[in-house]
Amino acid sequence: MTAPNLSKLAGELAADLDGAFAAYVRATADGIYSGSLRMLGDRSDAEDVLQETYTRAYAALKGYSQERVGALKVRGWTWTIAANLCRNRLRSRARKPTTPLDGIDVAASGRNVDDAALSKIGADLRAALLDLPFPQRAAVVMRHVLDLTYEEVAAALDRPVGTVKADVHRGLARLRQEYQEEEVR
Amino acid sequence: MTNQIISDLKELMTTAPAASVNAAITVSGAADGYVARPSTLGTLFVAFNERGVSAVDLADSPTDFEDRFAYLHGRQALPVERLPAQIEGHLDSAIDTGKPGRLPLDFSELTEFQVAVLRKTAEIPGGQVRPYGWVAREIGKPGAVRAVGSALARNPVPVVVPCHRVVRSDGHLGNYSLGDSDNKRVLLEAEGLDMALYESQSERGIRFTGSDTTSIFCNPTCHHARRTSAKHTIEFRSEHEARRAGFRPCKVCRPASAAA
Repeated sequence: MTAPNLSKLAGELAADLDGAFAAYVRATADGIYSGSLRMLGDRSDAEDVLQETYTRAYAALKGYSQERVGALKVRGWTWTIAANLCRNRLRSRARKPTTPLDGIDVAASGRNVDDAALSKIGADLRAALLDLPFPQRAAVVMRHVLDLTYEEVAAALDRPVGTVKADVHRGLARLRQEYQEEEVR
Repeated sequence: MTNQIISDLKELMTTAPAASVNAAITVSGAADGYVARPSTLGTLFVAFNERGVSAVDLADSPTDFEDRFAYLHGRQALPVERLPAQIEGHLDSAIDTGKPGRLPLDFSELTEFQVAVLRKTAEIPGGQVRPYGWVAREIGKPGAVRAVGSALARNPVPVVVPCHRVVRSDGHLGNYSLGDSDNKRVLLEAEGLDMALYESQSERGIRFTGSDTTSIFCNPTCHHARRTSAKHTIEFRSEHEARRAGFRPCKVCRPASAAA
């Protein structure tokens, strides 16, 4: 998932969408999956978002002119689709809460829940991320887990760059707070 | 502290499950997805795309299946874990019953004639057989018996479209494209066809059986024929023989055209 690879992808997709689609998916899927997993905290949901993202991406690319595809910033553009799907999924989850009943430790139950094999720090951090409000969580994940630029994150979330920077800043501050509390304990 | 968090956040990058990446690639139609399913014959590999199931095949290994698929279809098949809902809901019952039902099938690479042959073949009930000539007549191409044979030999979705139920008119089972040629017999026996009776009749040249109480003649494996007790069963070597005895063809299994 190196940058030069990604910058060539737009041109390749423009020239031959069907021929280049597999390479495009392979180059971007780890990011889409990781980001969705950190935003949603559930593997099965992340896999659904992955599938739906590329279904929509393909349909959209098919409808675009060659010039438009060739000019795309592929990674950030794909995230405009994925971020929307993650947000919608959280909304529909909030509307009809299926899993966590009081007293049931979600992290310890279902196999769909994020990999337990990660270090203690990873587990704390993942839990802390899931406590952030969605805009902050999405901004922090995209900027610092996926290493997107502020411009890419802003475009994906359809918010001004300044707002995104502030969200990342606030998000990190809250994570730091949780971390410090952990250390004090 | 913040720097520590930022470097910890980078550690949260992970890799997507290969099967999910494959599934995402298949949405473009550049590659088909496939799964493995148990069956009477062994592990069946089932490939699909946006249009429906594109291949059913027996293979010794996933690689063997992938190689043959690429050779036959000119595109890759990639292993996935989850099937699209419209396939998942119907695949297992289609394999179990040997009947596509509502399972979507991708016939886009086939000719109109091949599709007609496969759709007609899909109507043959489990545990029953029909001669190649029956399929040819039913699709309005009574002279195309051999062409029916080659269309079925290239059936991309055996088991699900039960080409094992189409046999030679002399009663021999004929060739079968899916793995060992004995698989045809294995499938028919598993469906409850009385092989001993079927073979004894075909050895004696019996092409039709009728009931002397109804004066109707059938393909010998038609369920109306099998319902008839031995005492009342009359065997015929030809349509002519049956007609001369005053019998008319069954309207369900249509052993001959209705007009004499």
